[in-house]
Amino acid sequence: MEIYSALMDGLWIALQPHNLALAVIGVIVGLFVGALPGLGSVNGVAILLPFTFVINEATSDPAAPMIFLAAIYYGAMYGGAISSITLGIPGASTAVATTFDGRPMALQGNADRALVTAAVASFIGGTVATLFFTGFAPVLSSVALDFGNPEIFALMLLAFATFVGLGGDDIPKTMFSIFFGLLLATIGFDTISGEPRLIFMNEREQTAILEAVGGNTDAVPFFDSVGWFSRGIQFLVLAIGVYGIGEMIWTINASRYKVTMTETTISAGRIWRAIVGMKDCWKGTTIGSFLGFFVGILPAAGATPGSLMSYGVAKMTSRDPKSYGQGNPDGVAAPEAANNSASTGAMLPMMTLGIPGSPTTAVLLAGMVIWGLEPGPRLFEDRPEFVWPLIGSFYISNIVAVLVNLAFIPLFLWVLRMPFTILAPVIFTLSIIGTYAAYDNMYDVWLMVLFGFGAYLLRILDYPLAPAVLAVVLGATAEEKMRQSLLLSDGDFAIFYSPFYDRDGTGQEWWIAPVTTWIAVILIALPIILWAVRKMRGGSPATTETT
Amino acid sequence: MRRAEFVTAFILAFLSLYLMWKSGEGPSWDTEYVHWSNTGVNIDGSGPGKGFFPFYLALGMLVSCVWIIVNAIRRTSPPSQSDEPFMDSYAKKMLLLVGGGLIGFLILIDLISMYAAIAVFMLYYMLILGRHPLLLSLVTSFVVPFWLYLFFDIVMTKVQPKGLRVIETAFYNPLGNFFRDQSLLVIVLCFAVSGAALAFTARAAARQ
Repeated sequence: MEIYSALMDGLWIALQPHNLALAVIGVIVGLFVGALPGLGSVNGVAILLPFTFVINEATSDPAAPMIFLAAIYYGAMYGGAISSITLGIPGASTAVATTFDGRPMALQGNADRALVTAAVASFIGGTVATLFFTGFAPVLSSVALDFGNPEIFALMLLAFATFVGLGGDDIPKTMFSIFFGLLLATIGFDTISGEPRLIFMNEREQTAILEAVGGNTDAVPFFDSVGWFSRGIQFLVLAIGVYGIGEMIWTINASRYKVTMTETTISAGRIWRAIVGMKDCWKGTTIGSFLGFFVGILPAAGATPGSLMSYGVAKMTSRDPKSYGQGNPDGVAAPEAANNSASTGAMLPMMTLGIPGSPTTAVLLAGMVIWGLEPGPRLFEDRPEFVWPLIGSFYISNIVAVLVNLAFIPLFLWVLRMPFTILAPVIFTLSIIGTYAAYDNMYDVWLMVLFGFGAYLLRILDYPLAPAVLAVVLGATAEEKMRQSLLLSDGDFAIFYSPFYDRDGTGQEWWIAPVTTWIAVILIALPIILWAVRKMRGGSPATTETT
Repeated sequence: MRRAEFVTAFILAFLSLYLMWKSGEGPSWDTEYVHWSNTGVNIDGSGPGKGFFPFYLALGMLVSCVWIIVNAIRRTSPPSQSDEPFMDSYAKKMLLLVGGGLIGFLILIDLISMYAAIAVFMLYYMLILGRHPLLLSLVTSFVVPFWLYLFFDIVMTKVQPKGLRVIETAFYNPLGNFFRDQSLLVIVLCFAVSGAALAFTARAAARQ
């Protein structure tokens, strides 16, 4: 009952004109971002995060910018299907599975049915997940209130281990990405000792450089402005560099500005017939809605594995699995319901535990910290005026997204015809002006562009960059929790892995941190165990390492 | 691609070693500090030192790089199996044109202001890389920075760099004074009119 009344209050606030307007604008932006090949929710959220500082200042309401970004996230999940179906290119990785049957449907002349199926399945998936979220979030956050530093660190370890064990990328490169991201987060002033570290410009080095240039500080770029790395690496600088510059250059190179679009005619009658046809897709929609949510909750999993897994399960449990890949509407409904459901699921650990479930939620988490909020179990206790309007906005955004999607499909198709040579400079421009607007200095803008170039080069060699982005967000908290735990245990790591470690001298057993730590260890070891098993059976070790 | 895999892994391995060394540094004002002494797990009963976490992360990076190199030697990672070049001629040309354009964009910001640099960059990208019609390129490269100027500088008062002092005083100051005296309705109208001009030009270009 308490949840019900809190939700009603939240819905009422989410329906206030400024929040509703932000949800509508966010959904429209998200639909565009999701529909454009090469851009996904994380690109949209990262590039537009600096714009929310302005929203925060204008509304003085921390929920308002979050409603805007969450709406972009939702919209992008809907929009991804549009290019998957009409162009055969997934608008985002979350819509990869949608191409399997969506594209054949379009080629068979059923693009309108595929688009409507995707929209309605997305709506159902998003709504089911929001209901789950409303039920689970307060319970999980109240359980998490008892978590101490070792538990929180162990959960973060689990998030990184999930990337290694289930990420599907090259393991050492994933590990490098995580370590690198965490290390970037340590640059600047140490919050515990207050001393600078890794700033690459301490007093001695400054003196040496100044002597080399004859004492002329103007000869050293940015010498006076920010003291080089002493302010640390700003999260947005890395995120916009990776997703606004690096990914865009990658997309330009991969697509070479050329895509072929399948034309389609959309009318109210055809939309209605497609909605009626949804009754054939109940199975895929149901599987996607439920499975997507629970996969989305997993730290570091997110919507992409959720949608791929749901497609696989829908196909596996189908009476006619051969029809999948040939234009089966159920093959569109399952991944689309799943990616929307998973995007809501990924917000659950972010808001209740402070641990993001996907790169996009990592950016959202960073945004919350910038707006002065502390994601984690206390959020539901301390800031209900933020939490419940946001949850209310999930319901509203879902309804807005399906209506806007169905109403403006022709407009999105028109936009998809926009040459990439117009879109690309606009995105580069937004990345640069957004970074400057966030930090008011050119040093961070240059650093962002350099990160972008680096990200592009590493991407060519299959280095996954999402773990680095997640690690930069979590790095400061992970270090703080680990150091405080080790301070408590006098440097004894048993505090993390042994339930019998006596933390407070009462002899109490602590199970959550050890169990989580051991699951993380097993996940990290899983690929090695699988590799050993396959080797014993005489299989190729190479296949294991890239699964 | 195989050579690039090795070269990158070696560069990153050396970076890791350098970061391990840097993690062990003390504050520049402490002349008695002994290198590495802040990387311990429990220093004088006050828990890990400030260098502990970065040192072991850099060590983790180094181990990962060694693993990547071993995989490359054993040809078990896709890039180390690939005979394709790291970048083909298109990719090199594209990186040079796009990357060069971006660097030029950043250099121009300090000289001719953020908005003029955006205009030049848009024009360069649309005309030279996109080969769009001149009129469409000109209108787009005027409208996009104009919208951004109205949004950031006028509506949200998030002031962007204005370039050399002469440009700021001769152009942006009077422009800012003019728009700040206008009502929000006029600003919205400016958005709409310039947007309509862009749409009209785009449509005309599409017909051709």
